[in-house]
Amino acid sequence: MTEFVSTGSLLEPHIVEGSGDTTMVLNMGPQHPSTHGVLRLVIEIDGETVLKVVPDIGYLHTGIEKTCEAKFYQQVVPMTDRIDYLSPMSNNLCYCLAVEKLLELEIPPKAQWMRVLLNELTRLNSHLIWLGTHALDIGALTMFLYTFREREEILRIFEHVSGQRMMGSYFRIGGLALEPPFDFFDRVQALIKILPEKIDEYENLLTGNPIWGGRLKGVGYLSAADGIALGVTGPPLRASGVDFDLRRDMPYSSYDKFQFKVPVSNDCDVWARYIVRIEEMRESVKICQQALDGMPEGPIKADAPKVVLPDREKMKTEMEALIYHFKIVTEGFAVPAGEVYQAIESPRGEMGYYVVSDGTAKPYRVHMRNPSFATLQALQTMCEGRLIADVVAVIGSIDIVLGEIDR
Amino acid sequence: MTAASHKDFVLAEHASNPAIASLLAWKQEALVDAIWDRSELTFTIAPDDIRQAAKIVQTAGYNFLEDVTAVDWYPSEPRFQISYHIVSHAMKQRVRLRAFLPGDNPVIDSITPVWPSANFYEREVFDLFGVRFAGHPNLRRIMMPDEWEGHPLRKDYPVEGYR
Repeated sequence: MTEFVSTGSLLEPHIVEGSGDTTMVLNMGPQHPSTHGVLRLVIEIDGETVLKVVPDIGYLHTGIEKTCEAKFYQQVVPMTDRIDYLSPMSNNLCYCLAVEKLLELEIPPKAQWMRVLLNELTRLNSHLIWLGTHALDIGALTMFLYTFREREEILRIFEHVSGQRMMGSYFRIGGLALEPPFDFFDRVQALIKILPEKIDEYENLLTGNPIWGGRLKGVGYLSAADGIALGVTGPPLRASGVDFDLRRDMPYSSYDKFQFKVPVSNDCDVWARYIVRIEEMRESVKICQQALDGMPEGPIKADAPKVVLPDREKMKTEMEALIYHFKIVTEGFAVPAGEVYQAIESPRGEMGYYVVSDGTAKPYRVHMRNPSFATLQALQTMCEGRLIADVVAVIGSIDIVLGEIDR
Repeated sequence: MTAASHKDFVLAEHASNPAIASLLAWKQEALVDAIWDRSELTFTIAPDDIRQAAKIVQTAGYNFLEDVTAVDWYPSEPRFQISYHIVSHAMKQRVRLRAFLPGDNPVIDSITPVWPSANFYEREVFDLFGVRFAGHPNLRRIMMPDEWEGHPLRKDYPVEGYR
C-alpha cells in the first residue's frame, strides 16, 4: 500500500532555479475567521503572489455516513440537518426524496409545495449569511448586521413551523412532520413583501461601491471548461456561463410548476458570483410568492400507513393506527432493495444523496454528494498567480460550509 | 426475468441512448450488465475498462462527473462496488457506472485523467474504504488523520470502533 501513499508534509517549499530565491509556505487556518469554519489552506507564495493552494480538510469529520448505516430510515432525517447547518431543509428534502424514490411513494401536492416554499426560504437564509460574511471578509462590516436582521426573521419562521431555529428536521419520509401553524403563511407573506427592497438596500451598499468592485472584479477567474472539469456546481458554475439549474432542468418536488429565471453570467469572476447570487435571491422571493399564492389544499402526508406515522388523534382512537405507529417506531419500515441517486439544487450547488437499500429497515449505505466538497478543488485554479489578499475573496465567493465538506 | 435477459431488454429499450450506443460500439464485453430501475440507468463495467468507459461516456455527451463513491458488500464477493454518477448538461439525463472489485487488494484505475474532479472523491473512497486508484496524482487520506489505521466505512469496521 505504501507506493500509493505519501505521508510527508503537504507542500514542500519550491525553489526557483537560478534565482537563488525561495518561496514561502504559509499556513492559513484551521482557526482563521475567513475560512468559514475549520478549513486549513497551505499556501505557497512568492512575495504577495500565490503559487499554490492546497486545502487540508477533515477537521469536522464526524462519520455521519457511517452513523446513518446504524439508524432506521426515519432516524437519518435529523442527521442530515447537521451536515450543512446553513441549509438544513435542503438536506432534509434531498434525503427524503431519495428514500421516497426507493419506496416509490406519491407525495401529496400540499407537502410538495410546502417543501418548495421552505427550501426557497432556506436558500434566502443561506445567501443572506453568504452575503454578510463575504462582505465581512472583504472589509464591509455593515453588511453583516443588515443581512442578519432579515435572516433572524427567517429563523423565527423556521422556529414557528418546526420548533427549531436551525436544525428543523421538518420534512419526513412521505411528507411533512406537522401541519403548518395558522399564521405561518401570513408571516412568510410579510417577510417576502419587504425582502425585495432589502435586497435593493444591500445592492445600494455594495454594487456601486468602488472598493467592493475593485476587490471583486476580475478576481478568481474560473472558465466554464475548468468549472465542469473540477466538479463545480451551482452559482459558481452559472457565474461561469453554464446555464444549468436542477430546479428547472431536472425538476423535483413540483418545481416544474413554478416560473423563475436562472441567472447566468459570463464574467467568470468573484463579481459574477456575487451578481448571480443576488439575482437568485430575487428569484427565490418570486418562487416563495408563487408558492403562497397557489398553495394547494389537502393532506401533508402520503397515504402509506406502513411508512408514515399516523395522526396523533387517530393513533389514540384506532387500534390499527396504533399498531402501525408502534411498528414504525420500534422496528422501522423495510425499504425495497435497490440504489438511487437523487440530486437537488441546494444554495451552494448540486446536492446529491446516494442511498443503497438491501431490503431491511436500515439504509445499507448513505452517501452525500455535497457541492462545497467538489467546489473546493477549484480553489487552486482560481487563486493561482493572484495576490494573497484575493484568496479570502475567492473563498467567500464559493460559499463553502465545512460541515458538508467533512461530514 | 433473469439478469441476462434484463440486460438485453434494457439495451433494446434504450438503444437510442448515446452512452449505450458508444459503449457497445467500443467493446461489447466491457458492458457487463445494464439495469433500468426507478428511472435510473446503471451500467456495470468490467473494472479493467473503467477509465476508457468513462472517456467513452464523456464523449457521448455525459459531460459532468457528479460523484464517485463506494459500497462495501462484505462478506459477499466481489466485495466493493464503485459507483460513478455522471450527468449530461445538454440532455438533462444521468447515468450510473459501477464496477465491482474483489475484497483482497482492491485496485481500480483512477478516472482523474478523464475528469480531474474525481481527485477528491477517489481520495475519499481510498480513505474510508481502502480501495486504491492506480494513476491517481495524490492518493492520500483526506478525512481521517494520516496516521489513522483502518478504513471506517468498511462493514467490518464497527460503528463504535475496534474492540
